[in-house]
Amino acid sequence: MKRAISVTVNGTKYSNEVEPRLLLVHYIRDTLGLTGTHVGCDTSNCGACTIMMNGRAVKACTLLAVQADGAQLQTVEGLATNGDLHPIQQGFWEEHGLQCGFCTPGMMMAALELLRRHPDPSETQIREGLEGNLCRCTGYQHIVNSIQNAAGKLRGTPVR
Amino acid sequence: MAVSKIFGASIRRREDPRLITGQATYTDDLRLPGMVHACIVRSPHAHARITRIDTNAARRHPGVVAVFTGADLQGKINPIPTAWLIPNSDLKTPPHPALAVDRVRYTGDGVAVVLAEDPYAARDAASLVQVDYEPLPAIVNQEQAVGSGAPQLHAEAPNNVAFTWKLAGGDAKAAFAEAERGGVVVRQRFVNQRLIPNAMETRSVVAKYASSAGDLTVWYTTQNPHIARFLMSVVTGIPEHKIRVVAPEVGGGFGSKIPFYADEAVVAFCARATGRPVKWTEDRRENYTATIHGRDHITDLEIAARRDGTLLGLRGKTWANLGAYLSTAAPGVPTILHGLMLTGCYTIPNVEYEVVGVFTNTTPVDAYRGAGRPEATYLIERMVDLVAGRLRLEPAEVRRKNFIRPDQFPYATAEGLSYDSGNYVPALERALELIEYKRLREVQQQGPKDGRYLGIGLSTYVEICGLGPSAVAGAVGFQGGLWESATVRMHPTGKATVYTGTSPHGQGEETTFAQIVSDQLGLPVEDIEVVHGDTGAISMGWGTYGSRTTVVGGAAIAIAAQRVRDKAAKIAAHMLEVAEGDLTFDQGRFSVRGSPDRAKTIQEVTLQAYLAWSLPAGVEPSLEASAYYDPTNFTFPFGTHAAVVKVDADTGQVELRRYVAVDDCGRVINPLIVDGQVHGGIVQGVAQALHEAATYNADGQLLTGSMADYAVPRARMFPRFVTGRTETPSPHNPIGVKGVGETGTIASTPAVVNAVMDALRSFGVTHIDMPLTPERIWTAIHNKSDKKAPEVKA
Repeated sequence: MKRAISVTVNGTKYSNEVEPRLLLVHYIRDTLGLTGTHVGCDTSNCGACTIMMNGRAVKACTLLAVQADGAQLQTVEGLATNGDLHPIQQGFWEEHGLQCGFCTPGMMMAALELLRRHPDPSETQIREGLEGNLCRCTGYQHIVNSIQNAAGKLRGTPVR
Repeated sequence: MAVSKIFGASIRRREDPRLITGQATYTDDLRLPGMVHACIVRSPHAHARITRIDTNAARRHPGVVAVFTGADLQGKINPIPTAWLIPNSDLKTPPHPALAVDRVRYTGDGVAVVLAEDPYAARDAASLVQVDYEPLPAIVNQEQAVGSGAPQLHAEAPNNVAFTWKLAGGDAKAAFAEAERGGVVVRQRFVNQRLIPNAMETRSVVAKYASSAGDLTVWYTTQNPHIARFLMSVVTGIPEHKIRVVAPEVGGGFGSKIPFYADEAVVAFCARATGRPVKWTEDRRENYTATIHGRDHITDLEIAARRDGTLLGLRGKTWANLGAYLSTAAPGVPTILHGLMLTGCYTIPNVEYEVVGVFTNTTPVDAYRGAGRPEATYLIERMVDLVAGRLRLEPAEVRRKNFIRPDQFPYATAEGLSYDSGNYVPALERALELIEYKRLREVQQQGPKDGRYLGIGLSTYVEICGLGPSAVAGAVGFQGGLWESATVRMHPTGKATVYTGTSPHGQGEETTFAQIVSDQLGLPVEDIEVVHGDTGAISMGWGTYGSRTTVVGGAAIAIAAQRVRDKAAKIAAHMLEVAEGDLTFDQGRFSVRGSPDRAKTIQEVTLQAYLAWSLPAGVEPSLEASAYYDPTNFTFPFGTHAAVVKVDADTGQVELRRYVAVDDCGRVINPLIVDGQVHGGIVQGVAQALHEAATYNADGQLLTGSMADYAVPRARMFPRFVTGRTETPSPHNPIGVKGVGETGTIASTPAVVNAVMDALRSFGVTHIDMPLTPERIWTAIHNKSDKKAPEVKA
């Protein structure tokens, strides 16, 4: 009944036998032990589980692990390289883009997608680009600042 | 950055590196050897008798370890208590079993628990537990629940009345008589709708019981681990010293993680009964019915005023919906935390108020961000606008006229509180300036543009924070103290660890507390570690809520740090062979007055304190100090929030165009963190005004039972907020702070509703109940003969 899958997560290849019904987010958290990706709802509304799959942001609670067979995944644990924080992580830190931190991994992965589409986003583009991600702590303004900060860093022209 | 400037600096948060890299450990991230997973079977009925429970099929399911029902817990798990026994109110405390035995009283009431080797199997088996229910009539509206013929929830509480609490100050009767003669009396019914807290992390518990020693360890999503340990002991019978409660990373609470829930007791029972570590994590759907809700008041209020706008008296009655059982702090929220703040920042000498707490077949209601104070502020701030409207006075002017003046502090209110300090006019003026009030009023005079009506709304709030003096807590029936503990421990290498009895979960106190200690001891912030949320490491504490963490916990830390410095000064004087009085201390250095080269750093002194080779007579080795700070009063932050909206008369759509918040929370330790607290609060408060409502149907089914149905606000719904500050330190707080965690939710709701009503002035619409959805606004505009908003709640 279980099915064999192989996925590459943050550059490491994993092969596991999984139940066909296992959600991708539970595979990442429970099977692989990468608990930085969170589960905040059961209706695909909150975006806490957002990860990158083959270079696109997806909600890992809305996919089955078997659907990720052969895919390249990136989670929050794979954002920093060699201990250097990704510009998005730096932006969230410098601009106080998080409080309790629970939505933050998903928020940063959504920001990664947003900045891929809009390297120089307007405030409206950022706010609309976060439509799929909920934060109950920050009121979003510092998240917007964080993404603007990261955009500046990625373009090589820090905003502030 | 100079160390001496650390208090007041917007430094980056020290908790962030683990949170932005995925290295933080929330409760659900824990995996213990041999751990099993719990799934709680919950009632689909709001009110029903349980006639039979058959767990056989569930027990036979592969992977199932055990199934327990309410009958299994009887005699082993005590009823879940409430911890706020408000006096003089005839409070009824009907028993709340951890799992229902013969009757369920709300949709979501726990009935059975299934334990299995993996969470999917636990959920599968939970669906195999057969519960036969005999449905009973349900009641969800608190006003109807106290009426004759209403379904009864508890034999102990006739007519579903949990308590009747009364407040009187001055002579309201005389005030209203005066207003009836030559002034004005404005009456209004207000519905402060039920809200769902929606912390992004749902509740989660991991419990481990070691039968050899009788030790219970519980990791869980709590805002107050020591209270949780105490109540866990009361409920399970396990002695307090055998219980350790740890709050790992906690993903937001907003009050919803204060209570001690039945589920926590159930999980602890399961760990003890099976000998296996047990994890239970709420799913979001479950969170909507099993975690507390907030607000839910119906109020009839009247205000008496002179024709010049002088406010004379306030009189009213509130029916507070408490849900099916009394949650931990539930009785205190709509009474002590609400009624005592009714007159707000105004000199209203006469007040008469009654609150009836009511049981209904709904999820229990308890503290949600602001807890009683948003409801009070909403009432008074709406009323002031209604008075201004009736008398055709400028709303800002009516506020100015009635503000408590700076020279009146400490100010004794009609409700019996003593406001510590305040200076309300400068905050109002600053907000009016930032929002360009005068210009906007001129624009408004030009009339609507493209069918869109401009509205400007104000809210001048004061709130009660820094909970609070323990003697007052006792006098108002809170079954605990509200002081706070702190230990500042220097290590031989000159680094420090700070232990606090508060339990921050997103508010950033690992940073602000380090700033306080850095300021006191001249240590770099990097050399200070802040430890919280573990009853095994911290002697005692009362947790994080009521904007008390920095106010009470921070003050305790400042005092403990001063004690460390005092002891260090004795040792430094000994080392430098001078009298203690000849030393000065600045930026971590003790130096001899007049010879600044003769000095010892705090690090050098600390090392000597631990080596103890040569200490002054009577001084013990080591360098650490504790403080147990019990405040002498509450703190009363205040400010003015201003909102600008445009209302589309054709669609009823509200656009929030601009928002200004000027808050006075006393001295500010970290402006960036204060802004973050304000922003988050504004969004929650605006969402109450415009979007959020927990809605039940008449049968007690929660219609807004998921994030797809309940309007948790999103980024695109808001403009960029402008924040400003005035600074009026608390005179009694050792570091002059007042608290800022709840100001946004307290101030913003009436500011936005006042703005919308201001926009609708030309339609003759004076009040619509929240949330101000397009449908309600459109209906009010197009149905002027009947200005009552359509009743959404069944």
